[in-house]
Amino acid sequence: MRYIDEFRDPALAEALLRRIHAHATRPVRLMEFCGTHTHAIFRHGLRQLLPPQVTTLSGPGCPVCVTSAADLDRAIALARIPGVTIATFGDMLRVPGSQGSLQDAKAAGADVRVVYSSLDALDLARRRPERTVVLLGVGFETTAPTVAAAIVQAAQEGLANLRLLSLHKLTPPATHAILRSGEVALDGILAPGHVSTIIGAQAWQFVPREYGLPCTVTGFEPLDILAGIADLVEQHEAGRAEVHNAYGRSVQPQGNPAALELMERVFAPAPASWRGLGTLPDSGLALREEYRAFDAAPLLAAQGIEAAEAREPAGCRCGDVLRGALEPNRCPLFGRVCTPERPVGPCMVSSEGSCAAHYRYGGKA
Amino acid sequence: MSERILLAHGSGGELSHELIDRVFAPAFANPALARMDDSAVLPVPPPGSRLAFTTDGYVVRPLFFPGGDIGRLAVCGTVNDLAMMGATPLYLSAAVVLEEGFATADLERIVASMAAAAREAGVEIVTGDTKVVERGSADGCFITTAGVGVIPPGVDLSGAGARPGDAVLISGPVGDHGLAIMSQREGLRFASPLESDVAPLNGLVRALLEATPALHTLRDPTRGGLATTLNEIARQSQVEIIVEEASIPVRPAAQALAEMLGLDPLYVANEGKLIAVVAPEAAEAALAAMRAHPLGREAAIIGRVHGGRPGRVALRTTLGAHRVLDMLAGEQLPRIC
Repeated sequence: MRYIDEFRDPALAEALLRRIHAHATRPVRLMEFCGTHTHAIFRHGLRQLLPPQVTTLSGPGCPVCVTSAADLDRAIALARIPGVTIATFGDMLRVPGSQGSLQDAKAAGADVRVVYSSLDALDLARRRPERTVVLLGVGFETTAPTVAAAIVQAAQEGLANLRLLSLHKLTPPATHAILRSGEVALDGILAPGHVSTIIGAQAWQFVPREYGLPCTVTGFEPLDILAGIADLVEQHEAGRAEVHNAYGRSVQPQGNPAALELMERVFAPAPASWRGLGTLPDSGLALREEYRAFDAAPLLAAQGIEAAEAREPAGCRCGDVLRGALEPNRCPLFGRVCTPERPVGPCMVSSEGSCAAHYRYGGKA
Repeated sequence: MSERILLAHGSGGELSHELIDRVFAPAFANPALARMDDSAVLPVPPPGSRLAFTTDGYVVRPLFFPGGDIGRLAVCGTVNDLAMMGATPLYLSAAVVLEEGFATADLERIVASMAAAAREAGVEIVTGDTKVVERGSADGCFITTAGVGVIPPGVDLSGAGARPGDAVLISGPVGDHGLAIMSQREGLRFASPLESDVAPLNGLVRALLEATPALHTLRDPTRGGLATTLNEIARQSQVEIIVEEASIPVRPAAQALAEMLGLDPLYVANEGKLIAVVAPEAAEAALAAMRAHPLGREAAIIGRVHGGRPGRVALRTTLGAHRVLDMLAGEQLPRIC
């Protein structure tokens, strides 16, 4: 079992597609919350294989993309403070803020390191005691527990030179915001598989209960995605609205208790500002009182850096794209002004951004 | 020799001579280099043949990686650029930039590896240069090689040579080099069985040229990987190329690591693979010739050239859908070649 080829088997895909074609008796509009779903859908050409009455829309599930311009500016301002080393996941480097990107700050002399895990930032702080290492905590419930683990470890070691800029975001509040607004008519939600591995399939019960929509927790290989779509199409046809788990090899109903406990220990829910959705209550994670010493925000205040008015890139419609209200190739900048080489908005930068997926796999404008 | 490279090793004085006499000259030993003149003096190729001339800089990190090192890479990369034109590679130059404090033992390993790769490829390193820069001004060791080769009469390969109907072949599994290097990067250090495929391809090219005169294009898919190189060929030749995802060989270990890192092996660098575009009637002969060679045992026919939409590469996925296979765009890969 290699967990790759088995989930790309053409014969099994064919069978799932037959199921989808048979049950899609009327138009079905589905949203995949997660940017990794969007990429897999494009990479494997799944949209072409679906019947025309089944539509998939990309949601806000790209952590870098939903980071607000103001938060980006704060991250870049931190990078410019003498003595600060920024530890960041690679995707953040190229995202344009109001005035340049982290990559620009790096070229101008800032110490910006790409890390692959929060534990690398911990290591960096241990090895460079003379520097203040700031980890940019960007990510959903999948990333937050590992960052929490790093903070707990740092506290145990008494590591005084590690800081966290917590830009973490929680996925259910964003889903609430999209469904509550009613801006985009939807018939079902493909719930994110990796996030659900942490928070559990049960965390999505609010989707049927409050919005009357079916919700299926879905994995990321082609067969996983087709199985998720088939389940939603069948629920829609039958007029059912339930939470189903089509990613049983990873997701438990209650999620991962150890990861949840760790998150709970280090973080408390806090308001967060989302690109495209605005400020949503209890949709972010702030360090709890006992870990407040690791908060990077006071570094900015100490430098007298005020939260300046952040400017969104001119003409960029990432906000609309993130709500599913605009298909990327309908943005006037798409493929003309905004390309992966010269991105205007974050959705064209990140490997989870839906503009990048459309551009890379769908061809240019 | 001192244990570490000093600025004086690049000064042109006594220490420079010591470095050349003790490290470079014995390893690269050949008559043209032994004269120690300002240029290597070389015979002119026979009338009717043409010269191929190329250069490339190597800044790979880490310097030593599973399956190779910067020295082997610097020789093979330039040999392969010559070989892709159907040239017989003959002579290389090597310019080495060292950072002050670089371990002499590491330099000796790199030079020995260059010499071994040159022997394997049947080329001579006939001229060179060494500079030393202050600590912090370079990342250990950078190497630039240039190479000349001779294209025999009747051989005419070009990226512009692909024609509708042609078959597209790859000489083996893709992505090994880039992923082997990624697996060694700071912060990753995966225990992976993957090794770089870095190898001189001139022997494989000779076997292909002997097997069929109907070769149209050869290209080694280095930076940007198979997908990017296919796009270059499609643009240069003004043709459409359609490849079959299921036919493209990828090692399980490479596939697994790529999935974990969120990379597509089709965009990852190779240093010992070639793409061959051949006339349809010659496809089987070319495939057989590749598979008979040690560096082409896992070769495969992966697609066809079409007239359709010039400059475009499409991929038929394992599930039967078609999608555009674009050039590498905005990927963040570490330095890999």
